[in-house]
Amino acid sequence: MARLEQMTKGERDYLQSLPCPTFLSTPWVKPPALDQCRIAMVSSAGIHRRGDRPFDPGASDYRIIPLTTAASDIVMSHVSTNFDRTGFQQDLNVIFPLDRLRELAERGFIKSVSDYHFAFMGATGPEKMEPAARNLARIMKSDGADAVLLVPV
Amino acid sequence: MGGLSHYFEEEGLPTTQISLIREHTEQIRPPRALWVPFELGRPLGVPNDPGFQTRVITAALEMFNEDKGPVLKDFLEEAPEGAAYTGTPACPVDFQPHPEPITELDKLMTAFKVEFSQMRSWYDLAAEKRGRTTAVTSDGGVENIVGTLTDFLKHESIATGSADISRGTALRMAVEDLKAYYFEAVTIQPGQPTDSHSLAEWFWGETLAARVISKIRERCFKSQDDSLRHITRALIPKAQLYRFES
Repeated sequence: MARLEQMTKGERDYLQSLPCPTFLSTPWVKPPALDQCRIAMVSSAGIHRRGDRPFDPGASDYRIIPLTTAASDIVMSHVSTNFDRTGFQQDLNVIFPLDRLRELAERGFIKSVSDYHFAFMGATGPEKMEPAARNLARIMKSDGADAVLLVPV
Repeated sequence: MGGLSHYFEEEGLPTTQISLIREHTEQIRPPRALWVPFELGRPLGVPNDPGFQTRVITAALEMFNEDKGPVLKDFLEEAPEGAAYTGTPACPVDFQPHPEPITELDKLMTAFKVEFSQMRSWYDLAAEKRGRTTAVTSDGGVENIVGTLTDFLKHESIATGSADISRGTALRMAVEDLKAYYFEAVTIQPGQPTDSHSLAEWFWGETLAARVISKIRERCFKSQDDSLRHITRALIPKAQLYRFES
């Protein structure tokens, strides 16, 4: 469970010692109604296509995962060993729910799923990812994304 | 994740996110976040349960209906528990602790090869039934894993395959392939557990593969190569280190 009180002392101390960025304010952009939204997904699980470059420690860049990528072609090179990978090994959707998004589009709950999705490697501090993230936001908008679902690991 | 939300939203792109560590999200204050009570590594809660996963993702997306923020909500449904061990693993391998500690590298690697090969049929079945494997992060096959790790332990040699990839990263990925090979194999066996705690106890407590990883960690710790020393912390989970540190 991701409840600090249920973790071992070592895990809890480590997570509590991680520096978290603080922001003076929180931006707010209202998207269209959900059934009019084209959704892109961004993961911090350090996943990528097999054969793409693995993430190095401190990596601040991202990898592209086209919607057409088969689950069988997605692997993980996140540098942390301190989270469960056995769920991912059994079912990609437990960390990167592309199938669930497709189903929601088929049901009309959302309008559509973007052609491109992305993964960072979350062991890196977000401030180092800022330039790549801001550039990526512009790219996702160019791909027609109305909103983004972010999924940690 | 919360930091990325700030950057995306400031660029005009609305975001919603899943939160695993509520305390972090409270501090970062992203526009929209759904805290879930699941373990790290399973943000959608549970594998192979589309209905449950859909409830999580739907709850996260419905936060786009909020009119003002930041807003942090809780998803209060617990993930269904995976099956836990009720006995010893029904593997074709004896995973009981060895009566005599194996201290010589050659003995360890010989025994490890046998253990690895005896998992192969289950691994192949898992890959066939799931239509995928996460144990091959490069273009090589799983049959290269043992040789790669043996070469490293004996000679500190590791092929990177590309100038873009450090020796440390290449070695770390070979270790990740090894772990995935074992976990994929054991989780396809009838009656075997799918919950992460039981699987971790089995792998780190009972397999020779875990002892091999511990030897690799020791070798990296002493290496003159910065990229190898840097991955020392990325090989064994913090919660399992007590087994290998005296």
